Amino acid sequence: MWTRERWVLLAGAVLLVVVLPALNTLPQGSPFRVSNFTLNLFGKFLTYAILALGIDLIWGYTGVLSLGHGVFFGLGAYAMGMHLMLEIGAKGVYQNVLPDFMVWNRVTELPLFWKPFYSAAFTLFAVVVVPGLVALVFGFLTFRSRIRGVYFSIITQALALCAWLTFNRNAMNLGGTNGLSGFKTMFGFPLNEPATQRGLYVVTALCLCGAYLLCRYIVHTPAGKVLVAIRDSETRVLFCGYSPAAFKLFVFTVSACLAGVAGALYVGQVGIITPARIGVLPSIEMIIWVAVGGRGTLMGPVVGAFGVNWLQSILTTHYPDLWILVLGGLFVGVVLFFPEGLVGTTQKLLARFAGSSKPVSTPPAPAPRPSPLRKEEHEVAP
Amino acid sequence: MQDLSRRNFLKTSAAVGLGAAAGISFPAVLRAQSSGTVKVGVLHSLSGTMAISEVSLRDVCMMAFEEINAKGGVMGKKIEPVVVDPASNWDLFAEKAKQLLLQDKVAVTFGCWTSVSRKSVLPVFENNEGLLFYPVQYEGEECSKAVFYTGATPNQQLIPAAEYLMSKEGGGYKKFYLLGTDYVFPRTANKILRAFLLAKGVPADNIAEEYTPFNHQDYQTIVGKIKRFASGGGACVLSTINGDSNVPFYKEFANQGLRSENAPIMAFSVAEDELRGMDTSALVGHLAAWNYYQSVDTPQNKRFIQNFKNYCEKNKLPGGSKRVTDDPMEAAYFGVYVWKQAVEKAKSFDVAAVRKAVYGQKFLAPGGEIKMHDYNHHTWKPVLIGEILKDGQFKIVSRSKGLVEPEPWSKYTSPDKGCDWVKHQGTYQKS
Amino acid sequence: MISTLLLALALLSGLTTPAAAQSAAPSPSPEIVKAMAEVASSDAAVQEAAAVALGKTGDRKILPLLEALREGSVYVRTLPGGKKETVIVGDKVNEGDKTLVPLFSAYGRQPIQGADGKQVLADLTKLEEVSTGRSLRIVLRPLIDAYSGQTQLGDPDWTVRQAAAVKMGNNGDPGALPALTETLAKEKDRWVRYALEEAIALIHLKSGTPPERVIAATRLGALGSSDGAERLREVAATSDSPPDLKEAAAASVKRIERWGLLTQGIQVAFQGVSLSSILLLMALGLAIIFGLMGVINMAHGELMALGAYTTFVTQGWFQGHAPNAFEYYFLVALPLSFLVAGAAGFVLERGVIRFLYGRPLETLLLTWGISLMIQQGLRLWFGAANVDVISPKWLSGGVPVMVGIQLPYNRLFIIGLAAVAVAAMYLLLFKTDAGLRIRAVTQNRGMAACLGVRSRRVDALTFAFGAGLAGIAGCALTQIGNVGPELGQNYIVDSFMVVVTGGVGKLLGTILAALGIGGLNKIIEPGLGAVFGKVAILVAVIVFIQRRPSGLFAAKGRYADS
Repeated sequence: MWTRERWVLLAGAVLLVVVLPALNTLPQGSPFRVSNFTLNLFGKFLTYAILALGIDLIWGYTGVLSLGHGVFFGLGAYAMGMHLMLEIGAKGVYQNVLPDFMVWNRVTELPLFWKPFYSAAFTLFAVVVVPGLVALVFGFLTFRSRIRGVYFSIITQALALCAWLTFNRNAMNLGGTNGLSGFKTMFGFPLNEPATQRGLYVVTALCLCGAYLLCRYIVHTPAGKVLVAIRDSETRVLFCGYSPAAFKLFVFTVSACLAGVAGALYVGQVGIITPARIGVLPSIEMIIWVAVGGRGTLMGPVVGAFGVNWLQSILTTHYPDLWILVLGGLFVGVVLFFPEGLVGTTQKLLARFAGSSKPVSTPPAPAPRPSPLRKEEHEVAP
Repeated sequence: MQDLSRRNFLKTSAAVGLGAAAGISFPAVLRAQSSGTVKVGVLHSLSGTMAISEVSLRDVCMMAFEEINAKGGVMGKKIEPVVVDPASNWDLFAEKAKQLLLQDKVAVTFGCWTSVSRKSVLPVFENNEGLLFYPVQYEGEECSKAVFYTGATPNQQLIPAAEYLMSKEGGGYKKFYLLGTDYVFPRTANKILRAFLLAKGVPADNIAEEYTPFNHQDYQTIVGKIKRFASGGGACVLSTINGDSNVPFYKEFANQGLRSENAPIMAFSVAEDELRGMDTSALVGHLAAWNYYQSVDTPQNKRFIQNFKNYCEKNKLPGGSKRVTDDPMEAAYFGVYVWKQAVEKAKSFDVAAVRKAVYGQKFLAPGGEIKMHDYNHHTWKPVLIGEILKDGQFKIVSRSKGLVEPEPWSKYTSPDKGCDWVKHQGTYQKS
Repeated sequence: MISTLLLALALLSGLTTPAAAQSAAPSPSPEIVKAMAEVASSDAAVQEAAAVALGKTGDRKILPLLEALREGSVYVRTLPGGKKETVIVGDKVNEGDKTLVPLFSAYGRQPIQGADGKQVLADLTKLEEVSTGRSLRIVLRPLIDAYSGQTQLGDPDWTVRQAAAVKMGNNGDPGALPALTETLAKEKDRWVRYALEEAIALIHLKSGTPPERVIAATRLGALGSSDGAERLREVAATSDSPPDLKEAAAASVKRIERWGLLTQGIQVAFQGVSLSSILLLMALGLAIIFGLMGVINMAHGELMALGAYTTFVTQGWFQGHAPNAFEYYFLVALPLSFLVAGAAGFVLERGVIRFLYGRPLETLLLTWGISLMIQQGLRLWFGAANVDVISPKWLSGGVPVMVGIQLPYNRLFIIGLAAVAVAAMYLLLFKTDAGLRIRAVTQNRGMAACLGVRSRRVDALTFAFGAGLAGIAGCALTQIGNVGPELGQNYIVDSFMVVVTGGVGKLLGTILAALGIGGLNKIIEPGLGAVFGKVAILVAVIVFIQRRPSGLFAAKGRYADS
């Protein structure tokens, strides 16, 4: 049913997918031209938006705060990165078929786990499946043991730290702290051509639309309602006969797959992936995108990912000393004053003014202040 | 679930439109630059883990720009620095590099510290005809057309240090414990050191190699191992430990009873700036190998140090007049001047012309005269072995005779490779 | 080479004459004067001969000149009247654009007084530098070693004596034997005696008569000397050693190796306890806040950083205002760190955190944001670089408890501090009224409030107390690690692991978790290396939490949603 809202959403998508890249093809000097740099930057932001959508699913809708999504993002990025490294072939610094970092690490033969990445099909498969599998196993073990709330978050943080430590080791043959870089072509297209970058951008924008549609679909099904119920009170869901663990596992896996896809698209546009993207700090930063944008709304994370990263770009150019203070302030502000994030708060305000009768379904309302007559300690709902 | 209320799609389209408009207007805003100036980029981390080291490089570059501008600028144009902060974030390095080259259209960039950051910006500079001056000692095995390396190659730091330790004057050490942080510089450095030591007849049993992760704090086990390795005397430690981990390492070393006489540590990543933040009592007597020390006794160095201290005080930078100068800072400083000289020789800011003009340039750097190599993009530098003093300065105990030629491809590990941009296309196989 | 060794022998034996003969005339003998002048010659051969001649004299007062020669701080000054004098220069002093140096006499390095009674400051450019080539330095080295070794053997500081003995032993120079034996006869310190005996045995092993060598080999085994083990192995391996020597050497090697295993085991145990005590100190404050109040405080690391920076500032204050009492700055810094961090915690709790009770995930994010702001604030105020916190003397170095094991003082202190902190915590919580109130509020806030406990105030004070503990941990950490804005980040995940493993709300759990994690880490580390050891620990914790989701000691009782 094509409501006006959906028309405009479509218009937004067209703007992102078609108009911006088209403006990039204008000749230099034209006032409407979108520069290569800007398009590339936006492409990066779009990959972050895909990632943020996944996080919104698991956190905004299901109430499970994962501080380790950098791991899944990284797994997808590394998978694609490995393929791109192999694509360099013998055109690297050492003119050796092996990737450069293996040569200075005195490795003489390509390790076994690298070999399948020669194939593009396998790579695409791995980009989605590897993060998904890891999430599946980790989630299964954790959710089954009824680990929740803060404990779960800390465990995911431990996972992120583990992954960071492991990927940093040169012995893992994944490039160590230097990560994977120096890519020349992607599936045959030379990476430094503006046309390739434009193509990558379009693919990313399309993937974002796809991810958005997927998330919307999930959220609209009855399963989506269960997710919200889990967020609000897991014990009751349990007693209603559902298995929260299964639902959480499902959403966790989906969000990990989305993160993997985001990572793969990221690598082609930024040109490098290092363990620095996997660790504790980047994983928490991803949360702030969703929080600032508005969790529990699907547009929120997209807006948040764009907005916060763009703010970072600007501040680190003009006011480098300020950026971390602002980031910290964002965390504090969002939690204390704007728990619904930009999108959510705007909605609420507009709904109040317009007196709209349409039910504006709410992102998670802040829990009521602990009343002295009720025992709230160790309440693990967010 | 989010209903698509009118408000929401207005919000969406507004956001998207804003983004597009900003994206379009962004370059226009930045294109407004005055024509009496030339833009140069400064690409150093000002926050995050690398800020500790890189902030000083930014400071010394800005001071150099100020000095040059005070004397009339480069070819009559004043230098307009574009300082960006990649925040110790390697992907941001690539992004900022793109911004500097594509948006700001800088004529040259002075930046980077870690090999990761350099490797992440290398494709950007190479694909966009950019020029980067890189001032930090590194592992070599690179020969990029877009980069001029003003820091030491392994043969300008590691090999002379090992030679010194093996010599009678240095103590005649026979056992070598190669300890480093786990990343490319120590790995490659130790590869070269090992090849060198073996070539000089040191038995393989007398060489031990070990790596610790970044920010490693607990060196109890490793110092214990070193103790056992060093029993019997004649052992020394060749340390490529980076950054923060040095403090706990030296402290544990001293506290477990090892002294610099019976097992000296020769460090390759500890300079005056790092010593500023350390309790030096545990380090006195240990050694380092660099191409410059603040204690080098030349008139231009005295001027350089005084100017820098004044600059820090004037601009109220943390540390003020207690700031120190060290090797990467000196290399960054003379990098700026070498570029200026090259521009004046080529009479143009065009990268290709400037590049050719850099070959063979000489400059009287604070540490003495240096010379840019004629074809391999590196720098002829002197090698100085220093002993750490209590006040965080170095006493120079040995120096090379004259300038040492840089070898980006070490003759011990890659004897068949060379680096030449005049007669070849960079790295080539020597037949 | 032989000649220099003989010379060393000569002067050493010359130097062992009793102190009576040592009260030499304050002015140098004519030979010395001549040699001091010649040593400034531009001809290297003349220089070397002069240095050797100086060494032969046996006069200890020429040692500073030899050292200055090696350092490169010997100059020649031209006195009014044309005479040239060899002088030693001190550290440079900048006066305007001139560089001046204080002058010392070549004999005995006494300050040269000017007409005004103060030490002469000369313009460096007006002095002639005496160059010391490499060969001269090579000649100087054994001379200086011999002198300084002898001097060091008489040093009041036992560590210097010990180091000198070890060095002589490693050099293997038989010329040092008389000095060593003589010192041994007078030595009272147990560890220096050990070093002297070891040195004597090593020298005998290398260059003694065959029966001496056998005795030395056995002695080294009895001493458990690891330095000797290498030599003994060589001796046992070479085919032309006499059989009884080989046997003695082999037996000694075995004995030393057994001892080595023992010491290694003790070493690992100590390291484990040390690491556990550090983890415990860090986690204690966190355990209070998280365990008793359910608040996840991601800014815990930054509270530790505040404590560490307080220590730095205290040190600076002492350096500026009370330099004589500098060694005590640390004792002042400890309570100060507690107060500063505690105050910060109090402000935090009253200001923002109290709005978020019952919402642990939000407090996590909020405190993370606060931690970022504190970090950047520290960076802007103190600079991005690390700052140096000097260890007071009583915390530097270590105490050797057995052969081969030296326990560092700073780690011993931290172990003690952790024990005291735990004891204090226990007493506070279980033996005082305040503690009773804290426990009441934790268990049932509503009921406690009804019974008249001011729960808001208790919350604030508990948080402040936990923060204060973090401050103390930060202060202690300055002695083992770096102090920089990033200090908090290094430790935050470890602290959380300990708290989560130990079980929320249980002090005993936290202690056991710290012991377990620390000990396990140190046992694994020699085998797997530092990184994989850490990874293994993290994985172990993750697996452990799967098994026991509420930690070692699960909180019992009814909780709404656990």
